[in-house]
Amino acid sequence: MGTLPANSRRLDKWVEGGMVWVLRFSGWASVLVTFGIVVTLVTESAPFFGHVPFRRLFTDTMWTPLFAEPQYGIGALLAGTLVTTGVALCVAIPLGTLLAIYLSEFAEPRFREVVKPMLELLSAVPTVVYGYFALLTLTPLLQKIYPDLPQFSMLSAGLIMGIMIIPYVTSLGEDSMRSVPMLLREGAFALGDGKLGVALRVVFPGAFSGLASAYVLAISRAVGETMIVAIAAGLQPRFTLNPLESAATVTAFIVQVSLGDLPHGSIGYQSIFAAGAVLFLMTLGFNLAGHALRRRFHRAS
Amino acid sequence: MLSVGDFIVLPSQNLRKQEARASRRRSIDRWFGRIGLLSTIGTLGVLAILLLNLAASGLARIDWQFLLSFPSRRAAEAGILSAWVGTILLMIVTASVAVPLGVAAGIYLEEYAAKNKWTDFIEINIANLAGVPSILYGLMALGLFVYQFRFGQSVLAGGLALACLVLPIVIVATREALRTIPAAIREAAFALGATRWQAVWHHLLPYSTGGIATGVILAMSRAIGESAPLITIGALTFIAFLPPAPILAQAPFMSFDWLFSPFTALPIQMFNWVSRPGEEFQSNAAAAGLFLMLITLGMNGVAILLRKHAQRNIKW
Repeated sequence: MGTLPANSRRLDKWVEGGMVWVLRFSGWASVLVTFGIVVTLVTESAPFFGHVPFRRLFTDTMWTPLFAEPQYGIGALLAGTLVTTGVALCVAIPLGTLLAIYLSEFAEPRFREVVKPMLELLSAVPTVVYGYFALLTLTPLLQKIYPDLPQFSMLSAGLIMGIMIIPYVTSLGEDSMRSVPMLLREGAFALGDGKLGVALRVVFPGAFSGLASAYVLAISRAVGETMIVAIAAGLQPRFTLNPLESAATVTAFIVQVSLGDLPHGSIGYQSIFAAGAVLFLMTLGFNLAGHALRRRFHRAS
Repeated sequence: MLSVGDFIVLPSQNLRKQEARASRRRSIDRWFGRIGLLSTIGTLGVLAILLLNLAASGLARIDWQFLLSFPSRRAAEAGILSAWVGTILLMIVTASVAVPLGVAAGIYLEEYAAKNKWTDFIEINIANLAGVPSILYGLMALGLFVYQFRFGQSVLAGGLALACLVLPIVIVATREALRTIPAAIREAAFALGATRWQAVWHHLLPYSTGGIATGVILAMSRAIGESAPLITIGALTFIAFLPPAPILAQAPFMSFDWLFSPFTALPIQMFNWVSRPGEEFQSNAAAAGLFLMLITLGMNGVAILLRKHAQRNIKW
């Protein structure tokens, strides 16, 4: 026995000190990424917002920044995003909530353990594959029901996007419903309510902030989804709220411009960063709201 | 006028009413159970239909010629050689940046960082970063990596964009894996005179390999399927050459020229084929999609099994 040689201990100290800095830098690297995104979006879109009068973003009805006589009505892109997101939510919120209630209150634990990871595969499917499915399988199917549906439609893209975001609703929703204390359920059962009654009148309200955060995060996902809408909803900006038409979303516009030749500093280059800045602000709002709700839910439970 | 007798319910009547109500509730519950089961099966059915659909139109296209050919204007001669090589090179860059950085960040936040407002700030930032749409990572890479750092529209720029994208996944997985290790392990190491880093390196990291590996696999499977950020930085869809080989026959035997080569990737190639008219290109797209699905679903399956295995084997 003996003490370790002094220089070995000095080495340990040196390694320890060095590692702290390496790890601290890595911890801050994620902040650096956010910083990179924000700075890039601001500096590259600044020229665009510099020469486009702010008023025209809202008064113009078309989004054609690349035309000889450009129009800057960002509403045309926002309408596309709004409609596709709306359609997706019409699928994901009812179906996702139903599945969450079923898995948390009705299904056997063994069944749930098998099904939950399988459901999550739905959000692991590459989005370009979903786009293919929407354009080449779902759209022809919908055209049999409604023959006037164009080849590109927001309906078809939105429906598939809804399937994609179901796991976000179900997974988070089921977690929050299961964390509602058993005591509350037992109380309601003792008063004679059935399973569904307990689920809707006790568990659902008890888990509501968790469910709401799941909904908000699903919205953020749908707003930012790119490939499904770029493939199946069309690339032409159009000011319409009719899901049976084709229209470009904010994300699809970025893809459409990126596919062409894009010299640094051109108006096309600036315009996609402007669209990106708008997209960033929207999703940031939803994400922060979603996390605030989630925190509230964690505190409550 | 009400009389006292109106409020007294005879026991037998009361019981019958209660029984009727209870049986109605039971049947509602049964029906809801059926609806729930059907919806679950239906939702999972979409996944099956997706796979069958891709297989039906793409399986016939898969052969050695498809795997070993460059894209072509003639659908029947086209293949995915440059696409899968590009995907592998991208993943090398992504993994070698995202894994060390993400694991180190996870260790820092879980083991080193003091609980103060700076740490809170980093945590909120990571949570928010995980929700940033992937295409914005592409815009950042376009402005920063392609033009500011002058990497060009290269494997390096694409790989770095994907690394930033999956960084939060690796960080969160690392933290969760570390959090399951009981404090007693750390205390035991410290009691024997280990420094914090020695405790991490000799104990905490080896015990959390399973959890970290699960996170890394999920992160890579996400990165393989991403196309939006690559399109934004200008990944080309028609690449009829391979990037320069990383291993050379003569000294210095290694070359990093491939990092700066233009590239394409599997999802990009598929996107290109989907947007072309014509049945043949669509079956090419289906074949590429089938590959993508098998890779990503396979990786997710491995991750699920790994997580189960890790949970079963370790009992603290």
